[in-house]
Parts: sequence; C-alpha cells; structure tokens
Amino acid sequence: MIPGISITEILSLTSILFFIGVYGFITRTNLISMLVSVEIILNSTVINFVVINKYLYPELLQGVVYSIFIIAVAAAETALAVAIIINLYKQISSVDVKETETLKY
Amino acid sequence: MEKYIFYVLALIMIVSAIASVSSRRMLRSVVYLLFVLIGIAGIYFMADYNFLAAIQLTVYAGGIIVLIIFSVLLVHHIDMELEVAKKSKRIITALACLIGLGVFMTTIYSHPFIETTTAVTTTTADIGFALLSTEAGGFILPFEVISILLLAVMIGAIIIAKGEDVTEEPPKETPLVKQEKPVEKKKELLETEVTV
Amino acid sequence: MNISYLFLIPLIPLAVFLLLGIFNKKIKPAVSGWIGVAGLVASTLLSFYAAFQYFFVTGKLDGAYQTFTARTVWLNFTDTLHIDLGILIDPISIMMLIVVSTISLMVHIYSRGYMKGDPGYTKFFAFLSLFTFSMYGLVLATNLFQIYIFWELVGVSSFLLIGYYYTKNSAVAAAKKAFIVTRFADFGFLIGILIIGFYTGTWDFETLNNPEGAAIANWASTSFMGLSVLTWALILIFMGGAGKSAMFPLHIWLPDAMEGPTPVSALIHAATMVVAGVYLVARLFPMYYFVEEGYVLNIVAYVGAFSSLFAAIIAITQTDIKRVLAFSTMSQIGYMMMALGVSGFDGHEGVGYMASMFHLFTHAMFKALLFLGAGSVIHAVHSNYLKDMGGLRKHMPITNITFLIAALAIAGVPPLAGFWSKDEILVAAFENSQFLYSIGVLVAGLTAFYMFRLYFGIFWGKETTYAHKPKESPRSMTIPLIILAIFSVVVGFIPFSEYVTADKLGFVAHLNYPLAAIAVFIGLIGIIFAWIFYKKENDLAERFANAFGVFYRWSSNKFYFDELYLFITRKLIFKRISAPIAYFDKKFVDGTMEGIGNKTLVVANKIKGIQSGKVQDYAFGFISGVVVLAIVFIYLWTN
Repeated sequence: MIPGISITEILSLTSILFFIGVYGFITRTNLISMLVSVEIILNSTVINFVVINKYLYPELLQGVVYSIFIIAVAAAETALAVAIIINLYKQISSVDVKETETLKY
Repeated sequence: MEKYIFYVLALIMIVSAIASVSSRRMLRSVVYLLFVLIGIAGIYFMADYNFLAAIQLTVYAGGIIVLIIFSVLLVHHIDMELEVAKKSKRIITALACLIGLGVFMTTIYSHPFIETTTAVTTTTADIGFALLSTEAGGFILPFEVISILLLAVMIGAIIIAKGEDVTEEPPKETPLVKQEKPVEKKKELLETEVTV
Repeated sequence: MNISYLFLIPLIPLAVFLLLGIFNKKIKPAVSGWIGVAGLVASTLLSFYAAFQYFFVTGKLDGAYQTFTARTVWLNFTDTLHIDLGILIDPISIMMLIVVSTISLMVHIYSRGYMKGDPGYTKFFAFLSLFTFSMYGLVLATNLFQIYIFWELVGVSSFLLIGYYYTKNSAVAAAKKAFIVTRFADFGFLIGILIIGFYTGTWDFETLNNPEGAAIANWASTSFMGLSVLTWALILIFMGGAGKSAMFPLHIWLPDAMEGPTPVSALIHAATMVVAGVYLVARLFPMYYFVEEGYVLNIVAYVGAFSSLFAAIIAITQTDIKRVLAFSTMSQIGYMMMALGVSGFDGHEGVGYMASMFHLFTHAMFKALLFLGAGSVIHAVHSNYLKDMGGLRKHMPITNITFLIAALAIAGVPPLAGFWSKDEILVAAFENSQFLYSIGVLVAGLTAFYMFRLYFGIFWGKETTYAHKPKESPRSMTIPLIILAIFSVVVGFIPFSEYVTADKLGFVAHLNYPLAAIAVFIGLIGIIFAWIFYKKENDLAERFANAFGVFYRWSSNKFYFDELYLFITRKLIFKRISAPIAYFDKKFVDGTMEGIGNKTLVVANKIKGIQSGKVQDYAFGFISGVVVLAIVFIYLWTN
C-alpha cells in the first residue's frame, strides 16, 4: 500500500519492465546478456505477486511467500545458467548464441 | 511524498532496464541490472515488505549480480563491445513488444480492481510461521521442495562447472581428444556429440 | 484300395528338392546325384506298385475302374466351392504316374553322366526334383484349382531349367519366352476355371465329370454370344492346355526351350510337361464331350491336326537336331489332341481318347529316348547342328541302335510302340472325318521322313572328320537309353484299351488291317525318301530344296511366326497401346504423386529456415504467439 499510488500504476511499471526484458532476451546476442534479461523479466513478475497481495488481499501471505520462492528459484537458475555458460565457454570458447545453433533443422 | 519517490524509482528502473538491455558493454549492462534490482527492493520497502526487500537486496544485489559479474569477467575482456542484432530484428521485436505492452495496458486499465484500504503490516515472524506451518494454508511442502531443489542445483552446478573431468573419461585413442589444442578439439567433440 | 501312401509319391521329390536346394553348397555333386536318383527310385517303385494295385488287385467294380480320392479342404468359399489339396486315382492319373516316374528316373540317371562336371550340378538335380514333384501334383490333382497350382509350378520349373545356363543370353531369352507365352495361355486357363467355379459351383473333377451330374446336365442354362458359358470356359481352359502343349499358335516357345540342357528337354519338353495340355483335356473329357455336344472337341481336333501338320513341315527343314525333335514333339502332341478331338465317349466310340492316352504313353518313351540319344550325340560332338555330324554309327554303337529303335517307333513301323498307338489314332480319325484322317496319314509320312533324315544325317551320311574323336557315352547315359529302347519296343503290346478309356469300362481293340497297312506304307515311303536323300552324301536334298524355293525358306524360318509375334508385340502392342498408357501413367498418375511429394519438399526447404536453432527466434515466435492469442481471446471472443 503505497499512498497515492494505485495498483494500475505499479502493474504498468512491471509490464514495461517485463517487455523491456523480453526485448532484451530476443535481441541480445550474448548468453550472459540474455541471462540478465531473464532476471529483469523474473523480477517484474515478482513485483506483481507482491503488489497484488498487498493491494487486494493484505491479510493473506501467498504473494509474499511465492515471491520468496521465486527469488530462490531464480538464484538457483542463475547459478546453473552461469555454470553452463562457463562450461560452454570452456568447450567452444564463445558465449555467442550464433555458436550454439547446432539444434537447427 | 511517496508518490514522487515511486515515480523517481520507476523512472530509474525503466531507464536502467533499457540501458541494461541495450548497452554494448557487458559489465555496464550488469551494473544497470543492479540498479533495476535495487529499485525493485525500493518498491518492496514502500509496500511495507521489509523482509522481502532485504532478501531482494541480499540474494539479488548481493549474490546473483556478483555471480554474473564473475562469469562476465571469466568469459570477456572488460572492454569488449558486444555485437548488436540486426536492425530489422530489433524493430520487429520492439514492435511485437509494444503491441504486447498495449494489450497488457488496456487489460490492466479496463479491469476493475477492488483495492482494500486496510493496511496490514506483515512481519518477518508472520512469514516465518507461514513457511513452516503444517496447517491449512501453510507452506511447509513448497518450502521443503525448494530446499531439495536448491540441493539438486548445487550438485548440478558443481558437476556442470567441473565439466568432463567428473562425468566420464573420454576414450584415449580417439584423435578428437588429444590434448594438443584443447579448446579447438573440445569444440569438435561437442559438435560430434550433438550430431550423433 | 488304400491310397494314403500315394501321398509319398509327390512328397519324396519335394523333400529331395528341399534337401538339395537348402544344402546346395554343402552337398558334394557325387552325393547329390545319388540323392536325386534315390528319391526318384522310391517314387517310381511306389508308382508301379500303385499301378499294379489299381489295375490288378483292386480291379474293376461293376465292370468299370473306380476312382479313388483322398483330400483335405484347403480354402473354403461356399459349401460346394472349395479348393482341396489331395490325390485322385483313376486310370489316366495312374498312367501318367508311370510315365512321369519312368521318364524322370531315366533322366535322373542319365543326367548323372550328362551333367558331370557342371558347376550347378546339385542345383540341376534340385530343379529336376522340383519339376518331378510339380508334375506328380499336376497328374494327381483332384480339382481344377489344384491342377492350376501345379500347372504354374511346372511352368516355373520349366522356366528355371530352360534358363539353366543363365550366363547365355539366348537361354535367358528362351526361358522368358517360354514363361511369358505359357503364362499368357494360363491367363485363359484361369478365367476358364473361374467361370466354371461361378456357374457350376464346384471345381471338383469327379463332380464336374459325372455325365449325369448337374454341371453337364445344365450346360445350356446360361449362354453367352451364342455359346454356353461352359463352352467358353472349356475353350479358355483348352487355351491354357494349348499353351503348355505348344499347340499352334502358342507353339513359339517350344523350339527355343531347347536352350536348356538336353535331359531337361527330354523330361519336360518331350515327355511330361508338354503333354499336360493333352492330360488336361483328357481329365475334363466328359465335360468336353457332353457340353454343347462336343463343340469344343472340334476345335481341339482341328487345332491339333493343324499343329501336327504345321510342325511336321517345319521339322523337315531344321538343322538343329534338338529343334527337329522339338517340332516333332509338337507334331505328335497335335496328333494326341486330334485323337482326343475326334473321340466319342462310350465303349468303342471312345477309341480316340484311348488312342490319345496310348500315344501319350508310347510317345513319352520313344521321344525321351530320342532326346537322350540326341543328348548323347551332342555330348560327344559338342554341337547341335547336323552339319557337324555324320558317320557316327562307328563311334557310338549303342546310341546308334537305340536312336534307330526310337526313330522306327515314331515312324510307326510294326511292331514297335509307335505303330500301335498311331494306328489307333488313325482309326479314330478315319471313323470321324476323312479330312483329319488324311492329314494324319500325311503327317505320319512326314514324320518318318524327317526322323530318318535326322537319323541318317547323324549316324550315316558324310564321313565328318572330328577335331577330337567322338566316343560312346559313359554307362550312366547308355543304360537309360537301353532301358527306354526296350520300353519303346514292348509298351505297344500293352492292351491299353482294356485299361484306359473314357468311360473307364474298357473294350477290346482290334487292329484295323487296311488302315494299318496304309499307315505303314506311307511311313516306309518316308523312310525310303530319307534313305535316298541322306544315306550317302549327295546333292539330291539340296536340289529338292531349291525346287521348293520359297516354301523351303518359309519352312526353315518356321513360317516367320517369331517375327510375326515380335511385330504384333513390339510394333503394335508395345508402341500403340503400352507406350501411351505408360506415358499417361508416368506423366499423370506418377506425376501427380511426385508433384505432391516434390512440392512438399520444396515448401519444407523453404520453411526449414524457421527452425534456426536459435533460442531467441523461438522465444520471439512464442511471444508473438502469446500476444496474438491474447488479442484474440480478450478482444475478439469476449465482447
């Protein structure tokens, strides 16, 4: 409950952040940059959980608890992603998405 | 007062996010991300979720950002400039994102939210009890699942990062794994594995 | 009469075929020859035992020889229409068993010497056993469909054995020709079988052939284009028989079939398989006789008579000794067909039927002997052509004597086998039609002439100097010759008319002295002409040939029938009918299908770029899709 600020304004903010993250995820050519974009996307959604909890159902705790879980999962995901990226770099000495297209056709 | 603080935070976050996804310097991009994360922590503070804000700061700003910076430093020269995607691709993506944003916005502004006015302060103790509660509405099960997930991730991260030393010894005879030019050969190895 | 042991007769050669075929490379040639002979000896003994049991132990019931069957239902269509597999024993099948067994055994023994050192020795015996099995199955068949199955099996065996020297182009072509021509004829046979199955509801020989049965009694119930459908069916079946028996105009495969090894020619293309057509007509004889009052039998008679004359004329001019014998076979089978065609049914009326079977029997003996003798000569001289032979009587005394006996037998000189059967045929023809009789007598004279032209050409005539001296064949080859020569002398004395007749009752046949005298006289004239022309080297024959000019050339080119067929198939059918159909098939039918396939490939190639492998492209697609779906669901579906 932020005085003077309605829920729609906060949701608009998170939507903007979300699409900035999506834009980054699609346009960046580097795996680490993509990871950064994913972090932005995740965080923008976490805010949604918290804010909806706060503005609409303040007596419940679901939103908060799930935010904590999301943060935990995001941390785990980042750790794994970084491990994979470094391993990939050891193997092909690049973290460029162009070098990792062997899935095609 | 809070209203202006929020707008300032929002502005900072949006600008840093845009800078973060468009900066051509890797390290700068990560630092902009840090600003975004701190801004989000600010939102949590303003929403009276102090514990959540603290977690945001410690885990994200403290842990994840450091991790990413480490990986950036491991794989990049500090002054290396990133490639940019093709202009057409950027425009199309931006267009799709804007359309999506429009859909989101119209949905948000057309939906009648019923905001409550009761202000309830959630304390750390409340969250702690809720997490460990075994009664209806308690979160003990997801809590334990998360703990197992974290353990699995820890083991997985170690194994992935250590690479092939742990998984299996490559056959000695094959010329692919002769150790003269390790990097090149490993690349070949990966390709053959994938094609197989 | 217990006939269950008769199943062994065809099954033993089948077992031998499987044994030799499967262990083709493992069995030594010396062993495989003996295995083949041993199997045949067992079958032959069983056949003779069966014949003895049938004719002398079981004997007649109410004055007629009985018919025994043992069968198992194989495919069921309706209550009456089903395909059985089994054996049927009656006088003609017993007689055919004797023929097939005897000739096949002789050929097996002979082949041990003839094929010695051939790389495909074991394979050859395996094929011979397969053929023997098929032929046994054919003669023992209980119904039309079973006979058809084995009919095709003998066709396949014949194909395999004609093409035995498969590295020779001419042998391959001959095998294909034989198979295609007989297959074409069998097409008619199959349609005939189906018509009979449809209109009479049965394929069983006993039911069909019963003179009081429904099939014969109701022949007039359905007609098609002025003839009973059963008449059409019988004509079509005769077409199949004509193809197998090399009757005009389906005879073109038989001369070429001589590309096979000579024992094969003796077994398949002289004694057994080629008479299958005669056997088929004889098997269905009551139907042929009663349906449409013997309409089809007239066709049979005239086709037979014409083929007989036609082949005899060609045989005179051929220079390849095996081809002479091939046309002679065709001529003699024409004789048999003619005899069947002029035959009646009851008692002495059925003398034609009896004569046909009798001639089939005796002809098998002396024609096999002629072929084996020719094989012996070819073995010694390494050539098929008369020009390379001459004066061989000093080098090959046994072959000489046996060949002479066979030639005398086929020429109808008493008291050899051919005289008796040929006499009966001429009697039957005389009683039926003067025209057919005169053709028969003419053919008898021509037969004597070309046979002795052959004999004198090989064993007398000019004294050829041979590159390496020909010597008498080994004992494994001469023994069958001697045995068959004895048979050729004695089988004529069998009182055939008491055993094998159309109505199974039997009658006593008397020699018709005037007719016999005429036939013998004509035959002797033929022999004397041959004597004059070919006994000593002279140019009489050549002058004679020049005098005939065009006619001689036509005859030696087999009246250009091969060319005619080639013209019809290549120029007319292939070019005018098949080529446009093939074009349509390729361009339109295939074209449509291939077009669909090709277009799919093209489109796939174009759109496969979407699968770039870049995770971002997929993410973009995902996001765009979500946005589109969101628009659709929020703004278009809810209002």
